Amino acid sequence: MTTTQKIITIAVVVLATVLTRFLPYILFPQGRKTPPVINYLGKVLAPAVFGFLVIYCLRNVDFTGGYFGIPEIIASAVVIATFVWKQQMVLSMAAGTILYMILVQTVFV
Amino acid sequence: MTETNNKTKMNNNSTNNTGIGSKGIKGKALKTAFPHTIPVMTGYVFLGITYGILMVTNGFPFYLPTITALIIYTGSMEFLMVDILLSSFNPLSAFVTALMVGSRHLMYGLSMLKKYSGMGRKKFYLIYTTSDETFAVNYTAKIPDDVDTGWFYFWVSLLDQSYWVLGSLAGGIFGSFITFNTKGLDFVMTAMFITILMNQWLQDGDRAKDFFRGHISEFVGLGASVLCLILFGADHFIVPTMIVILVCLLLLRKRLDTGNFGNEKNPEELLTEGEKEWAAIAKASEEESAVTVETLEKESEGGES
Repeated sequence: MTTTQKIITIAVVVLATVLTRFLPYILFPQGRKTPPVINYLGKVLAPAVFGFLVIYCLRNVDFTGGYFGIPEIIASAVVIATFVWKQQMVLSMAAGTILYMILVQTVFV
Repeated sequence: MTETNNKTKMNNNSTNNTGIGSKGIKGKALKTAFPHTIPVMTGYVFLGITYGILMVTNGFPFYLPTITALIIYTGSMEFLMVDILLSSFNPLSAFVTALMVGSRHLMYGLSMLKKYSGMGRKKFYLIYTTSDETFAVNYTAKIPDDVDTGWFYFWVSLLDQSYWVLGSLAGGIFGSFITFNTKGLDFVMTAMFITILMNQWLQDGDRAKDFFRGHISEFVGLGASVLCLILFGADHFIVPTMIVILVCLLLLRKRLDTGNFGNEKNPEELLTEGEKEWAAIAKASEEESAVTVETLEKESEGGES
């Protein structure tokens, strides 16, 4: 990407993000009821998008060759296990990332 | 830029307050608001630093994380920006991704409509800086009667954003001096999204009648992403995934929509005339798609097992 393209990309992302923040206030000013379908989407979209984001992060992992994604699987399992155990976001992120760095730097080089 | 805007806002707003001096009102609101933001501080500073380091170690200038932290101010989207800016130019895909990632703001906005009304000039800033954590604090906070709610919301929003921006700045500067091997650091983004998903998952567990139905949104997201990743490949699967997710969720609406989104009242009682029309239209379209829903559910159940 050229610098101009980077600026355009950032601008487009800012526009979309601002849009999602201001849209409810623009479309449904005080006193006007929100259509149920919007309420519904506002509720169920987020969990689905979170699921997508996890897959997005792992999109370039090769599960059919190389190390078969073993370091990613181990580190992800640690993140999930520690989060279910303590529910501390920072702790789980640190544990998983440090373990992953050790794995790809020493074991699965 | 934002800082100066805030200052002008403060001055303009001080005229609204009668009786006690406006300084007293602001100070009191700040004192009340600050303790509420301490838990956010830990998370934001840590994430901000991580984001700054990630950006810089991927070859971006140290000021870019700070700028994006200020103007995008959505952690998840900013982390994605690292990847998006490193791949080939595709503004449509970036736009759609940002819309979907930001879709949860719709819900926050709808929930804050009443609370943020009548906030005058502060309203713009309050809406602009709505984040997961700021929303959570402002939505749930029990503000004492003698504290100005507008200033309370404002301070929470400003403090939270400051933690994030300062963290990103620190990370950007610190990242420039890093000499140790950062290979594998990128996993921090995966780890972050896994914790966000797990957090959602555990929350949804409460209302789960059974394992699959309680987490159907998560399954739709995961299933659609894997399917589109296999079909379209890593470079072109974002937009198709978003479309599949949207279509699936709309088709599943009859099964999932309980109507009780944060309010305990029977949704029928809250309907206005306009809403009844919407409901009728929605019902008609749902009946049409009922057959499709069944086929789709069978498919997705088959796919998950």
